[in-house]
Amino acid sequence: MRNIVSFTLNGKAVELQNPDPTQTLLNWLRQSRTLTGTKEGCAEGDCGACTVVIGDPNATPTWQAMNACIVFLPTLDGKTVITVEGVAKDGNLHPVQRALVEHHGSQCGFCTPGFVMSLYAHYRNDGAVDEETLNDVLAGNLCRCTGYAPIIRAAKAMYDYPKVEEIALTAATKQDTLALSMTDPLTGTKKQYFAPQTLDALAALYTDHPDATILAGGTDVGLWVTKKHAVLETLIDIGRVAGFAEIAQDKNKLSIGAGARYANAYAALGNLHPTLGEMVRRIGSTQIRNAGTIGGNIANGSPIGDMPPPLIALGAILVLRKGETRRRIALEDFFIAYGQQDLAPGEFVEAVIVPKPDPSTRFAVYKISKRFDQDISALCGAFFVRLQGEDVSEARFAFGGMAAIPARAKAAEAALIGKAWSETNLRAAMTALAQDFTPLSDMRASADYRLQAAQNLMWKFYLGEDAPYLAREMHHG
Amino acid sequence: MAKFQSVPHDSAHKHVTGEAIYVDDLPCLPGLLHLQPGLSTRAHAKITKLDLSAVRAAPGVVCVLTAHDIPGTNDVSPTGTGDDPVFAGDEVVYAGQAIFAVAATSLAAARHAAALAIIEYEDLPAILTIADARAAKADLEPEQLMFMGSTEESLRFAQHVIIGNLRVGGQDHFYLESQGAECIPGEDGDLSITSSTQHPSEVQHLIAHLLNKHSHDVRVHLRRMGGGFGGKETQAALIAAMTALASHKTGRPARLVLDRDDDMVMTGKRHDFEIDYKVGFDDRGQLSGIYLDLASRCGCSMDLSAAINDRAMFHADNAYFLNNADITSRRFRTNTVSNTAFRGFGGPQGMIAIERVMDAIALHLGKDPLEVRKVNLYNKMGRDFTPYGQRVMDNVAPQIIEDLEARADYAARRAAVRAFNASHKYVRRGIALTPVKFGISFTTTFLNQAGALVHVYADGSVHLNHGGTEMGQGLNTKIAQIVAEEFQIDFAKVKITATDTDKVPNTSATAASSGTDLNGMAAQRAAQTIKSHLADFAAKEAECAAKDVIFENGHVRAGAKEWTFEALVKAAYMARISLSSTGFYATPDIHYDREKHTGKPFYYYAYGAALSEVEIDVLTGESKILRVDIVHDVGKSLNPALDIGQIEGGFVQGAGWLTCEELVFDDQGVLRTHAPSTYKIPACSDRPDVFNVTLYEDGENTKDTIHKSKAVGEPPFMLAISVFSAITDAVASVGNYKTLPDLHAPATPEAILRAITALQQAGET
Repeated sequence: MRNIVSFTLNGKAVELQNPDPTQTLLNWLRQSRTLTGTKEGCAEGDCGACTVVIGDPNATPTWQAMNACIVFLPTLDGKTVITVEGVAKDGNLHPVQRALVEHHGSQCGFCTPGFVMSLYAHYRNDGAVDEETLNDVLAGNLCRCTGYAPIIRAAKAMYDYPKVEEIALTAATKQDTLALSMTDPLTGTKKQYFAPQTLDALAALYTDHPDATILAGGTDVGLWVTKKHAVLETLIDIGRVAGFAEIAQDKNKLSIGAGARYANAYAALGNLHPTLGEMVRRIGSTQIRNAGTIGGNIANGSPIGDMPPPLIALGAILVLRKGETRRRIALEDFFIAYGQQDLAPGEFVEAVIVPKPDPSTRFAVYKISKRFDQDISALCGAFFVRLQGEDVSEARFAFGGMAAIPARAKAAEAALIGKAWSETNLRAAMTALAQDFTPLSDMRASADYRLQAAQNLMWKFYLGEDAPYLAREMHHG
Repeated sequence: MAKFQSVPHDSAHKHVTGEAIYVDDLPCLPGLLHLQPGLSTRAHAKITKLDLSAVRAAPGVVCVLTAHDIPGTNDVSPTGTGDDPVFAGDEVVYAGQAIFAVAATSLAAARHAAALAIIEYEDLPAILTIADARAAKADLEPEQLMFMGSTEESLRFAQHVIIGNLRVGGQDHFYLESQGAECIPGEDGDLSITSSTQHPSEVQHLIAHLLNKHSHDVRVHLRRMGGGFGGKETQAALIAAMTALASHKTGRPARLVLDRDDDMVMTGKRHDFEIDYKVGFDDRGQLSGIYLDLASRCGCSMDLSAAINDRAMFHADNAYFLNNADITSRRFRTNTVSNTAFRGFGGPQGMIAIERVMDAIALHLGKDPLEVRKVNLYNKMGRDFTPYGQRVMDNVAPQIIEDLEARADYAARRAAVRAFNASHKYVRRGIALTPVKFGISFTTTFLNQAGALVHVYADGSVHLNHGGTEMGQGLNTKIAQIVAEEFQIDFAKVKITATDTDKVPNTSATAASSGTDLNGMAAQRAAQTIKSHLADFAAKEAECAAKDVIFENGHVRAGAKEWTFEALVKAAYMARISLSSTGFYATPDIHYDREKHTGKPFYYYAYGAALSEVEIDVLTGESKILRVDIVHDVGKSLNPALDIGQIEGGFVQGAGWLTCEELVFDDQGVLRTHAPSTYKIPACSDRPDVFNVTLYEDGENTKDTIHKSKAVGEPPFMLAISVFSAITDAVASVGNYKTLPDLHAPATPEAILRAITALQQAGET
């Protein structure tokens, strides 16, 4: 066991003994290191002004843009951290920086360091510079001045400039398990942090500390700290658990370790269905998908998490583990009520197993939000039917944003099962949907819209190949 | 030397390396206090209990500030209306209003402590919406009327009369740098404040009043803001005032940089409007007259609402001759955050009203909306008077529209859109071309003044200072170009320095798109004064006339003599010649009688036009901008790259206002969209797929502005009205172009689907 967090910052070694485990990288950079180039725009991972690049030889891709505002310091252990101050070398601007200057890609300049870092990660990963890719690379960086056009022009030109020397990746060394402990100066609370390295160690640790907060990507937990100012006493970071992010598949099913990040599960999920790939692509942003995990999106039980509806529709099974014991439940049964999941103290989500759709099935998932990219769903609808001849033998319609939990539309499904896959029956199922849900009105949408759009999404699903799509949607596969 | 060139933003190399300094990047001085305000959670209530003992006792707390700690006037209202207290007294008038602030040794300590306050309220009746305010007759000032001709008569004889309405949502500025300030106390009770503000002089004056000091005791300065857009014109004073009060009370430096959520609930936004019209027109769609009522939600105080709503009235004609018009304006007081300046300053809301009328007329007559727009444009045949009596003398809207139509192939593309819609049931396209005519000048005439201060050091390097503020628009770059051009020296020889009330006093806000027009002229005059000293000196040395001294390309020639600029400056210094000067400019030839709403409030107009093509999903209401073409008039451009940057950026910001950006207050008056997770400004993929921006080739200001350029900050914002009209066109296709869709802004998926559904249901009955 070790209580020293070590990483490199802009090429220099850093060692921190028992740091506050929930101190964010952003605050540490700005307050302790006076590296003020990295900006706070929102402190919730939504604007990208705090984007830094984290190099990790074990990660794919190696160079990851991350929101420093919701990265906790200990999670950097063994990694290579580069901030905007580390990009230029001896006053020579990096190609990304030169391109932004010469294409007039900055106006007020406050978001600019974040854009530099998102593009820098992309540059170092040898990423493509077509507009569709760039839209995705930059979806998590908000700019209020430029309208993005000159930034895209700069990004397209970034490979045209001569290369400069760049900070090298630090080889990660296999080290002892990290265990930190300190006392919060404001509240007097004792704060602990553990980073187990095996699944068994995680299971044992969580059994011993059932009140601990499990920390995966921090895309939600980070906000408890930065926005709710919560004091988290015990954190168990699952980021170093070997094999926890594994994605495996056979002919019939896909198995995703709960620690798999969106960015890494994207391809496998996209292979199940192009609309599922598009859904994953639209979750958060590059920075968020580099951090957030599939397991976290399920385990936190949000009614508007985007993974549960399509996974429920596909009939996914959760593998839950407590100590040495594992059990399997249908994903839809995991969600009991708002904020309440079928999880015993000390029990955690280990994996999700997704049956692959076969040729006798139809599937699609749709997300509606006020903004197309990097928004939280007002409504998410996922649809699965199995056809025997003309008739529907199996139907699972799952929605997010329609109830306090992600939930199936049982009445709508019942209206179709055993009946012909026809316009008339589908219309009847759309009508029946009104019995399934009494959605809320909130800042994302009204109850009326949610219900009407949910019904229309069913129709969209029925249209299949003829379903409308806007020019902006990517069609994979 | 740098005139008319696309010099990159002077700070670009610092933006990309993180070296550009904003308020929160200042080094932390020893003893620095961090502030956190405590906010009202109620829209309108009496404070029955305010127990701050736990706040005071919390670790790291140095002091807690309330209204009782203010020695002078507890008010930061920009026009002296006395209704913008720094801290609420016994009553709160909006959810988000500051009640107290904690000053502590760390930000974490301040935030931890602020949460410990015990506040009890007795709710009072709250007026939250325009409808509430209308019912309660809660006007901030009397209804205003601007009129021309006899509208009643014109409608009586009109071939067609239609009525309609439009609701237009507000908008949060969402500058990436939230509001912030830092105060450092000095001797004699002096205070030096770094404020992220568009209006340093106002911050200075208000803090002097707040603390019973004189303006000469308070210095306000800033190098740059991380975005402003109007949001830091008046709102910055509140934040700066808190830091000044903390420094005043403790003698320690104090900093407050708002958390994003606090910023969004505490500070004002664009006014939301409800618009009603009754318009008469002939078979060609030409207006005979119009009744237009513009009602806005101003929030809990006056702020700049009078001038903003005036500007809405001024732009309710846009580029069109209204013939006869009664434009009424109601300015409603509500228990919501006080709305404030935002790029366009009411102009966008007035302009979208008349553009909606154009769309309504076109659908009523079954005509191409562009034909209707064209037939109503101002022209010389006696159709060049605005409703406020100013003649439109510099009209280039017809030429710009013609240019854009040809460039962007309007007719063929409109036909293609119609053909697309005929063969697609669930995806529909829409297209629209709308013009912009925007009046340039503060309509409050005295504000149209500016000062500058230029030093030439003995080594020939130049120090430039002026009263304008840099918020990203490139103002400093343009003004440095102007000064470099005047002296005929390299751009790099001109040092741009922080805006500072110690250098240029009594400045106006950098607002109303006027930054370059006013400060550029003042800086040019300062440079000209120094140049005349140099010319006199050179003439004497060369024994020629001063008028024959030529400054060119880094050199000065007089008679047979020639110097480098540096050599002449050195020689002049040795000869004891003054090498420093102020410059001053006041816009000529403008006047306005606000009582009657007549006069000549604008020095000139800026013009532009945009053609937008969009696509909507009929099942969900989602939309996408496919292509945008713009021709915009910036006169003779001082810097084409910066001007195009303002056009692209303004357009996308305007498109956000009309599509994805929605402010939602709940039924208790609490803002529910107070962070980027819930309030969605356009992201990268929301910019148009094809985005062609052209500066109007024949552009040249007919007035004697700085190098014949035109203001560019605000006008392009309103080009985005073409997006709303294009969405309207797409939705109208669902009703076979027979009916004006009941579409309101912002055109969120929900708003679009509602409008579609209404058309479908009307079609069924």
